[in-house]
Amino acid sequence: MTRTTNEAEAHGRSVWAGVWQSDLCIDFRANRLVLVATLLLAILLTASLLAPWVAPTDPFDAMSLDVMHSNLPPAWQQGGSTEFLLGTDDQGRDMLSAVLYGLRTSIVISALGVLLAAAIGISLGIVAGYFGGFVDTLIMRTADVQLSFPAILIALLVDGILHSMLPALKRDDSAAMVIVISIGLSFWVQYARTVRSSTMVEKKKDYVSAARLFALPSRTIMVRHILPNVMSPVLVILTINFGLAIITEATLSYLGVGLPPMRPSLGTLIRIGQEYLFSGEWWIVAFPGFALAILVLTLNLLGDWLRDALNPKLR
Amino acid sequence: MIALVVRRLLQSLVVMLVVTLIAFIMFRYAGDPVNQMVGVETTEAERQALRESLGLDQPTLVQFVRYVGRVASLNFGVSFQFRRPVMELLAERLPATLELALVAAMLSLVSGILLGVYCALNPRGRISAALQAVSLVGVSLPTFLIGILLIYVFSVALGWLPSFGRSGLVPVTKHWSTGLLTLQGWKSLLLPAVTLGLFQMTLIMRLVRSEMLEVLRADFIRFGVARGLPQRRIYFRHALKNTLVPVITVVGLQLGSIIAFSIITETVFQWPGMGLLFLQSVQNVDVPIMSTYLLLIAFMFVMINMVVDLLYNAVDPRLKGSSRV
Amino acid sequence: MADPVLSVRDLRVEFPTRRDLLVGLDGVSFDIHQGEVLGFVGESGAGKSITGAAIMQQIAAPGRIAGGEIRLNGQRIDKLSRTGMERIRGRHIGMVFQDPLTSLNPLMTIGDHLTETIGVHLGLGRRAARDRAVSLLEEVGIPEPAERLRSYPHEFSGGQRQRIVIALALCAEPELVIADEPTTALDVSVQAQIIALIRRLCDTHGTAFMLITHDMGMIAETADRVAVMYAGRVVEIGRVADIVAHPAHPYTQGLIAAIPSLETDAERLRQIPGAMPSLSAIPDGCVFHPRCELADDLCRTRRPVLAGEGDHRTACHRTAQAEYAP
Repeated sequence: MTRTTNEAEAHGRSVWAGVWQSDLCIDFRANRLVLVATLLLAILLTASLLAPWVAPTDPFDAMSLDVMHSNLPPAWQQGGSTEFLLGTDDQGRDMLSAVLYGLRTSIVISALGVLLAAAIGISLGIVAGYFGGFVDTLIMRTADVQLSFPAILIALLVDGILHSMLPALKRDDSAAMVIVISIGLSFWVQYARTVRSSTMVEKKKDYVSAARLFALPSRTIMVRHILPNVMSPVLVILTINFGLAIITEATLSYLGVGLPPMRPSLGTLIRIGQEYLFSGEWWIVAFPGFALAILVLTLNLLGDWLRDALNPKLR
Repeated sequence: MIALVVRRLLQSLVVMLVVTLIAFIMFRYAGDPVNQMVGVETTEAERQALRESLGLDQPTLVQFVRYVGRVASLNFGVSFQFRRPVMELLAERLPATLELALVAAMLSLVSGILLGVYCALNPRGRISAALQAVSLVGVSLPTFLIGILLIYVFSVALGWLPSFGRSGLVPVTKHWSTGLLTLQGWKSLLLPAVTLGLFQMTLIMRLVRSEMLEVLRADFIRFGVARGLPQRRIYFRHALKNTLVPVITVVGLQLGSIIAFSIITETVFQWPGMGLLFLQSVQNVDVPIMSTYLLLIAFMFVMINMVVDLLYNAVDPRLKGSSRV
Repeated sequence: MADPVLSVRDLRVEFPTRRDLLVGLDGVSFDIHQGEVLGFVGESGAGKSITGAAIMQQIAAPGRIAGGEIRLNGQRIDKLSRTGMERIRGRHIGMVFQDPLTSLNPLMTIGDHLTETIGVHLGLGRRAARDRAVSLLEEVGIPEPAERLRSYPHEFSGGQRQRIVIALALCAEPELVIADEPTTALDVSVQAQIIALIRRLCDTHGTAFMLITHDMGMIAETADRVAVMYAGRVVEIGRVADIVAHPAHPYTQGLIAAIPSLETDAERLRQIPGAMPSLSAIPDGCVFHPRCELADDLCRTRRPVLAGEGDHRTACHRTAQAEYAP
């Protein structure tokens, strides 16, 4: 009994030692910039996802707003108050809380958008790769055409079209969904291309032929047999795309066609805050902007490092 | 070569037709065009009459063919919010966007290639490392954030440059007033152009750097060194030319992106171009402007794609050889 | 005997990596004389190409020359600056690489390649450079040389491209040409032509050739002398006829026995058991001892040096005993 536990422990240790000694990990430990970025990202993610519990106030609870406290500068400046560490906006909203909630909105919406993009891309990619022929041509030509346009433009167009299809009154409520769909429809191409090519490789392997011999339905073969084997490159694209999705969401919101001021993301906060830049209340735009910059920068640093580390030829 | 041109033209035509279909679906089904055009007090009979006069009672296919015909004759309808022909509105805004995009493109191209070559030739230098870091920031930060930062530094804090709008205009023709002839015009153009060009510049710089590093590892470079060619010649005659061939493709596509990204920059700086008009139309669900802008952008992209493809063929002798056979 | 064109003594090349130090070359010494072809033979990774690259100072970073000296016509060239080397490369030492497909700039015509190189080294005018380019192409056997100047590399066959590469290496009549596996990427039928060309150029111009190959048969046909390399060391060097007839080092014996020929039966083809050690784990003593049937305690502990009388030298404890002790 003790022996087996020891063996298990030893095994566990050796697995960890293996991970710790792997090239990827040595590279990671050697790269202080990436370490710092990971740490910062972890802090941002935890703080924002736990926003309802860690934020000093609920910035969207009208009851907690007090106009007496409007336009206060950050705590370390003349006239600031320790009650509002990062100052307040014109309605007396605590900026720290607003940033935390904004981060949360940005992260959740972008994550959903990226997942939707992956879902669309993976399905179309598998179908194109598995069936080939006309379906394949149709899907991949569409992908080629879409790829020649910048994603942000596609997102703006989808956003505009969806907006125009919805009745005016419902626009604010459905804004989040509209953005998720916009991101999903602008980023699916890369997944579809990658998955298609891996599917075409997997398709020729024996286990798929065997499944076909058993006359399993195509859907079962695709979902049960091919899908698990084409997922690893998808994960890398997911990490890299997350940063792009956050930028896209922030840009749409900044342009005023994204999330409404009632439930603002970082982009909305920056849009609102920009007006106060000229009257000297820099903190209303600076902190959301800073949070967005750090979020995207750390994500990109990690993504860049991951891509380089997994592909040593680029170094 | 001629066969290639014809094939590319046909492909472009198909793409344009598909985009026109999307624009048509938008125009026809995104909201009821009649509702957008008339007031609340219009009677049902009047609405019906308008519907018939617009041809909205015809079969969809007939409507689409008519729509294509209208597009081909550059008749894009009337804006809901401005009650003016879309063509006229866009023509008014075109010079502002083109000037901005052109200056931004030149800026990003020249500095991007220069800096990229520098980084590739001095891969371990301090300046290269700094440039790489800055470029990572440049690629990472959303355009609008960079714009706001520039406004804060150069307009609010230093007061050197105007923070928004287009000024110092000199009329050239009836429809074209340029800001490129006055100092004031350049002053108001500078911040938007830098904002718009920065992202592309960092992209081009990174691309040129990695392409050139790749080329410098190539056998023919090693053979050039082994033949005793001077370093300068190896770098600027052999490596640079081979670097720039693949770069052409990407740079061409970037030019298209600059037009698309001008939507954001024009919003940050309230630059009165087509992008700003498009954004207002999205906010106000002004479908005629939206669909026309879509068609226009698609047209530009298709043209750029085609030109880049043909250019690529003209530059690389390997491709020329294969098309001759 | 006249002074050698190239003289290499105790050359050592190291490649520091993140984890350990790879020793690419250790204690490599040899001379090449005017008008002679010195063949370098060995398995891939034995250090033949590194030797060539070291002479040209073209070892890819982080590799470096860590010791020894290289002399060209008596002048040390291993410590020369970049511009100093630019005057040696192409002018005094030409180089021919393995793959003629990738050795030429795909965006430049053959004429531009040649006139550029000629211009840099000989400072000839446009016309004179062009005339020389034509005669060079003619010499290496390109038909219609004047017309082909305007052609791009992809418009030539592999063998023709290698001829062009050789012409480029010969632009300035260098005293020495290093040919690194010049025929490996070519069809078998073309290989013989290229070898014949190299031999002819060597005889007519008095150019010394350093011919790097893994093909012992090619060495036997072309070279005057041969250096057998193993794990970054020269284990045997001497006249080709001597070595083919009386290989002294067990490794060389294995190599010779592995050459297929019409006289020997296929059954008698031998192969050497085991594999060459990795450059990060070179064994103590003789580098060949893990694969050697004759190895004893001395071989496992002491490193043998090149020794022997006259031209034929061998780095082996056992064969030295076998030959010189009765």
